[in-house]
Amino acid sequence: MALAAHAPSTAPAVPQGAAALLSVNGIEVIYNHVILVLKGVSLAVAEGSIVALLGANGAGKTTTLRAVSNLLRGERGEVTKGSIEYRGERVERLSPSALVKRGVVQVMEGRHCFPHLSVEENLLTGAYTRGVSRAEVKQDLERVYAFFPRLKERSNSQAGYTSGGEQQMTAIGRALMARPQMILLDEPSMGLAPQIVEEIFQIVKNLNEREKVSFLLAEQNTMVALRFADFGYILENGRVMMEGAAHELAQNEDVKEFYLGIAGEGRKSFRDFKHYKRRKRWLS
Amino acid sequence: MNWGFLLEVILGGLMAGVLYSLVALGFVLIYKASGVFNFAQGAMVLFAALSLVRLMEHMPFLAAFVLTLAIMVLLAIGIERLVLRPLVNQAPIILFMATIGLTYFLDGFGQTIWGSDVYQLNIGMPKEPIIMAESLVNGGILVNKEDLYAALIAAILVAGLALFFQKTATGRALRAVADDHQAAQSVGIPLNRIWVIVWAVSGIVALVAGMVWGSKLGVQFSLSLIALKALPVVILGGFESVPGAIIGGLIIGVGEKLSEVYLGPYVGGGIEYWFAYVLALLFLLVRPEGLFGEKHIDRV
Repeated sequence: MALAAHAPSTAPAVPQGAAALLSVNGIEVIYNHVILVLKGVSLAVAEGSIVALLGANGAGKTTTLRAVSNLLRGERGEVTKGSIEYRGERVERLSPSALVKRGVVQVMEGRHCFPHLSVEENLLTGAYTRGVSRAEVKQDLERVYAFFPRLKERSNSQAGYTSGGEQQMTAIGRALMARPQMILLDEPSMGLAPQIVEEIFQIVKNLNEREKVSFLLAEQNTMVALRFADFGYILENGRVMMEGAAHELAQNEDVKEFYLGIAGEGRKSFRDFKHYKRRKRWLS
Repeated sequence: MNWGFLLEVILGGLMAGVLYSLVALGFVLIYKASGVFNFAQGAMVLFAALSLVRLMEHMPFLAAFVLTLAIMVLLAIGIERLVLRPLVNQAPIILFMATIGLTYFLDGFGQTIWGSDVYQLNIGMPKEPIIMAESLVNGGILVNKEDLYAALIAAILVAGLALFFQKTATGRALRAVADDHQAAQSVGIPLNRIWVIVWAVSGIVALVAGMVWGSKLGVQFSLSLIALKALPVVILGGFESVPGAIIGGLIIGVGEKLSEVYLGPYVGGGIEYWFAYVLALLFLLVRPEGLFGEKHIDRV
């Protein structure tokens, strides 16, 4: 069966009539003035939802997140077409710190803790833009520790010497200190053991439900991401190939075959590889 | 052995060391917060001292000091705008080259507007020596009062900086930027503002160093070369460490004087001029991160 590339979904990302928290409209991103990475990506995140951005290496997931958080310029990238709106406001020209003040924080791929700062100091840097009293910051710190009890135990260790999972928690906790309404989470599962990945995603779900934080997360681990997300977009070669409610995507035959490694008739032989390549090319 | 004399030499070395530390601090601050080795630190010292001494011709010391402070802050803003901002996210070596350019600019610009003569800087530092601890050692210990004041000024400056870096939110943000520019940006720390702060602080340190050195040697072009003396200090102490800059300075000050006095006669003297560099070279071979520098944390 050939599924139309842009399959119409029964459940749109943002329910009709409701305004999206974040909407990305046909953005094109060019690195170094020559390398075209995103070729018109559109997506929307409804308030209070978890949206997964899926796809293989180089599909444009990280670039999309960076375009939203405005960290592109540091990588010599630029949004050349399209628009990005957060709560109805055009944000593609704002500085990253202005965006953090509005409640959008990115947690970068590969954690990026400050290795020479203690875990607690790492968390405290997250509150930099807020300019609130020490007491209030202290309160927020306790809130983060409530979500990540493990961080409390390690609060005085240098972040560079903590484990990968603890660093990922530190990075998410640090973002939380800015009291965000939306977190852009890039590859939270990277390099982590399956149990830890599960734990991290569970925390993401908790944050979403209890603190009403919306998430846009880029993930290669399609299986886990679709389990926790409400809605998903599949990127390939800088374009959105498919979108739909997470549970529908998880059931989709093409997604199963290409991203979940589950083929209809059990294990496939190498002979079918040609077929795989052909279909994949057709899809992109 | 004459203990009084030995103590005197050591004390003299410590005082000289403090002066090296003052200049080294400027390097450390900028390196710590931006990973850039600021070649222009010496030029900033000269520029600050020149501004101070020429302004003092027209107004009392305090007013001139405050005005020079303002000039250094403006300079920091200008450097961020015109040099650092266009080069954001470039390799450290490119920023380093930019600071070399800045050195020539500041040397020339400073002497163009302030003049290039040798100026006497009199900030009321007492010149007369004092004799201490006469009851303990025969003949007492001869100390230069001026050096004592310089040490005191340096101590206050360092204590202030340490508090600033460890205890304030801005100081923490500076250390965060030093660790990881991008991550700092991602949590909303504005890099532009941070760089203005660091360069302004190191401009203030340059002013203090220029003031102390200038009142010792007179304000002249050679002031910008004392940066070369500070280089071995930061290699010894570690590029990222404020305490390292102090202790490195003290070690080099004392080592220099001791070796000059006790080894000098055997090799015909002049050790003072190369001692620091040889020590720095040895450190580069054995412990390249310096005494207190940060080791790279690598996870495997």
